Amino acid sequence: MKWETVIGLETHAQLSTASKIFSGASTAFGAAPNTQASPVDLALPGVLPVLNKGAVERAIRFGLAVGATINRRSVFARKNYFYPDLPKGYQISQFEIPVVQGGAMTIATAQGEKTVRLTRAHLEEDAGKSLHEDYHGMTGIDLNRAGTPLLEIVSEPDMRSSEEAVTYAKALHALVRWIGICDGNMQEGSFRCDANVSVRPAGSDTLGTRCEIKNLNSFRFMQQAIEFEVRRQIELIEDGRSVVQETRLYDPDRNETRSMRSKEDAQDYRYFPDPDLPPLVIDEAWIERVRAEMPELPAMRRLRFMATSRVDLIEIVKSRSNVDQEGVDDELFDESVPVLQASALKATYGLPQSDATTLVSSRAMADYYEGVVATGRVDPKLAANWILGELSAAMNRAEIEIERAPISPVQLAALLSRIDDGTISGKIAKEVFDAMWAGDGDADTIIANRGLKQISDEGAIDKIVDEVLAANPAIVAEFRAGKEKAFNSLVGQAMKATKGKANPAQVNAILKKKLGA
Amino acid sequence: MMTSSLADLSRALAERRLSSVELTQAVLERIARINPTLNAFVTIDAEHALADARAADARRAGGEAGPLNGIPIAHKDVLMTAGLRTTCGSRMLENFVAPYDAHVVAGLKRAGTVLIGKTNMDEFAMGSSNETSYFGTVKNPWNVACVPGGSSGGSAAAVAARLVPGATGTDTGGSIRQPAAFSGITGLKPTYGICSRYGLIAFASSLDQAGAFGQTAEDCALLLNAMAGHDPRDSTSLDRPAEDYTRLLRARGSPHDGAQPLAQLRIGLPNEYFGAGSDPDVAAALDTALAEFRRLGAKIVNVALPNVNLSVPVYYVIAPAEASSNLSRFDGVRYGHRAAKYDDLADMYKKSRAEGFGAEVKRRILVGTYVLSHGYYDAYYLKAQQVRRLIADDFRRAYEKCDVIMGPTAPSTAFRFGAMTGDPVQMYLNDIFTTAANLTGAPAMSIPCGFDRSGLPIGLQIQGDYFAEAQILDVAHRYQQATDWHQRSPALNAGRGTRSL
Repeated sequence: MKWETVIGLETHAQLSTASKIFSGASTAFGAAPNTQASPVDLALPGVLPVLNKGAVERAIRFGLAVGATINRRSVFARKNYFYPDLPKGYQISQFEIPVVQGGAMTIATAQGEKTVRLTRAHLEEDAGKSLHEDYHGMTGIDLNRAGTPLLEIVSEPDMRSSEEAVTYAKALHALVRWIGICDGNMQEGSFRCDANVSVRPAGSDTLGTRCEIKNLNSFRFMQQAIEFEVRRQIELIEDGRSVVQETRLYDPDRNETRSMRSKEDAQDYRYFPDPDLPPLVIDEAWIERVRAEMPELPAMRRLRFMATSRVDLIEIVKSRSNVDQEGVDDELFDESVPVLQASALKATYGLPQSDATTLVSSRAMADYYEGVVATGRVDPKLAANWILGELSAAMNRAEIEIERAPISPVQLAALLSRIDDGTISGKIAKEVFDAMWAGDGDADTIIANRGLKQISDEGAIDKIVDEVLAANPAIVAEFRAGKEKAFNSLVGQAMKATKGKANPAQVNAILKKKLGA
Repeated sequence: MMTSSLADLSRALAERRLSSVELTQAVLERIARINPTLNAFVTIDAEHALADARAADARRAGGEAGPLNGIPIAHKDVLMTAGLRTTCGSRMLENFVAPYDAHVVAGLKRAGTVLIGKTNMDEFAMGSSNETSYFGTVKNPWNVACVPGGSSGGSAAAVAARLVPGATGTDTGGSIRQPAAFSGITGLKPTYGICSRYGLIAFASSLDQAGAFGQTAEDCALLLNAMAGHDPRDSTSLDRPAEDYTRLLRARGSPHDGAQPLAQLRIGLPNEYFGAGSDPDVAAALDTALAEFRRLGAKIVNVALPNVNLSVPVYYVIAPAEASSNLSRFDGVRYGHRAAKYDDLADMYKKSRAEGFGAEVKRRILVGTYVLSHGYYDAYYLKAQQVRRLIADDFRRAYEKCDVIMGPTAPSTAFRFGAMTGDPVQMYLNDIFTTAANLTGAPAMSIPCGFDRSGLPIGLQIQGDYFAEAQILDVAHRYQQATDWHQRSPALNAGRGTRSL
């Protein structure tokens, strides 16, 4: 039998507020245990939560970015359970009415673009940490993390493979960083996913029994965990057994998922509206303020990078906004058009889809690209080639993000403009790039200091070509005998004689003339 | 001196007929003599009280003294006092010392009051008789075989026995008004949100409200002036312009001038409050009081509160539900009682909470957990919230016809110890007239209006619409100017410690 995988993700994105969601304590990572826990975080008697508006603002930003409905009135609820690192004995979350409802993400899959619908996104507080090591059989409690704001983003079960799940998670990761609501640091737990996985016979439209894999904090583990879980479930069913609904944990060391608790053990959380917090009311003006401050979103920027003309771009935007997607706010796309008209169409880039997709993988990368092109000195495609080629390779080697690249967009543009204006060849430019990366100065300085300026003097090249022809009679003879390749060999000799500095086009032309080709 | 009201003592201090140190010493002496009988205090802080009194006298000498400067008061032990232990009447917090003051505690401190100590109370404010305190029962000063009411029984008994001129309380279902009635003093529960709940150990968050005890409405108004005010640390605290709650008390002439000071007042009498069930002495005292109000010019109108009879069942769903969650933080992990021996985490929770909480607290946690459980939530908690709205609608309609609503505070006078401990439902029914004001959030107070045949005080409840504190205080004040029930004090009061001002 052929099986279909069905995956939905619940993602906890830690919101990048300076203070906690219900107290004034700092959210900074890595402080000594319990030094960032206020009386509210410690749940001392008589203390009360006060909502951090910055967390709400970030939730609104997310809702707008995915075209969701921002609920004008949402409700905080208490999720009651006992655990030593849950100081109040309940977590303040949102249950029946979340702040963000609906929306969708578009992801690029092997089969083309795909829409993943979102169910909701709600605000909640994180718990503290239980420390089991170094306490001689006892458990230590660190409440620094308690009360850190989280946005839990719940997708519909719209993904059909581990690759799609990872693609969605990466797109979401890029988006929350793009709109500045989460630092995305997965090692520190700022972005972590739970995957709901089930399988069903291909073609079936009923969902199989699902298992939830908790706390996946890397994309690689997510893919491995889902793949293991899918195999496990298929084997169970093919052996005539059935999948039990349960929560499982992934063990990366053994590459397997293990049962954590079954549905029968599931707690009754006794949710009820938190009487300490009035309903969260978000008025139109607040939403408009946030909307006005929204950056251009990656999906739109990608389209803009691809557009070859203003007319073309508006067509793309229009066709996109007509796509009927449940829960997607069409207005968002329409309202993006004036933004584009104002700023973007000073330049059209006409990049291929693959270039555009990679350039918008982070806002810093996209900004860098536009920074290069905005100098007006560089062809847009040449700039894309260099950022995705030389610059990305150098960043990978140095294991740094583009924000930390030692070459600024203006500096890179200065280098690329020297290819454009014929000062250096593309090949020499790579040498200059390496020197710039090493901190040897800007492009023109390096070109001058190292004498790398291209030889474009007709007379000088003519002389060199004469010398090459005189020194290589055998190759000349081969050429005349009809061996086309011999021509390239002669060009190579001329370039070598100038240490690569001769203008290759001129060398070609002169050589052709002299050989009568 | 000790029989004087807080307002009178305030005037005596202002006129330098008395110093705060003198007053505080007298208070401490009287407490030392009488409290062992009453058990109204859990903690007495004589040393700091005298230091506070000296500081108050110094402020007075320096010309910066408000009406509460130098006035000794006590706080119900549910309110956090920085550096002074706050037990909430529970073994769970027997040795808990908070690092901060409750908002209302800080307000009264700023006003210059002298903190004498913390008063006994039903454990976690759950009770109507003060019999659930881990620190022993409080005796009613009018008859030590009777309860003082609860849960703020210690504060009420302390003011009734003239141990302190004023005290704070909290009222979740009547915990200020019912002990005020049982103890023959004046108690005010303000509108929900007037006094910040910051630093008030939560029992039922949507119902809890701090308030004041005094001999008179004027005393309560003076205390409320220092307790009220917006607090950004409490999201349910109301951001309203500051009010002087004594302003109406000073506004018009007294009835002794021959005027009818309550001529514009329409008093609503809900039929539901005057049916069978109330003690005949209580009913008779109410009739007499209403006759007095008529004499003062008020008009009596009948109003209907058809759903108010559901207040007790609704209250005993919502309050335990919220309590079951609020009390989860007392888990022995970070502070409070932790069992000495346990096998594992679950055992630590079970033993710590089993040992730390008393029977009534456990009962309410169980009830609250049950009504919030999956499958029962809609039938109990949600339904109760719906009926809560219906009750509020009843009052809204009633206030179209009247200005204040009156009735008995409690169906009976103070009962004997143990009379109801075997029957929690009977005990809960003692809250029949008081819980509605908590469910709606509107202000209400209890004032003394007579005595039953055995000499126990009877309380009259005055309820007002939202933010009508100044109005109901004024109504009570006019009544108190025409009557002397509030000036009667129990026999304990005789003997040493009285002197003329």
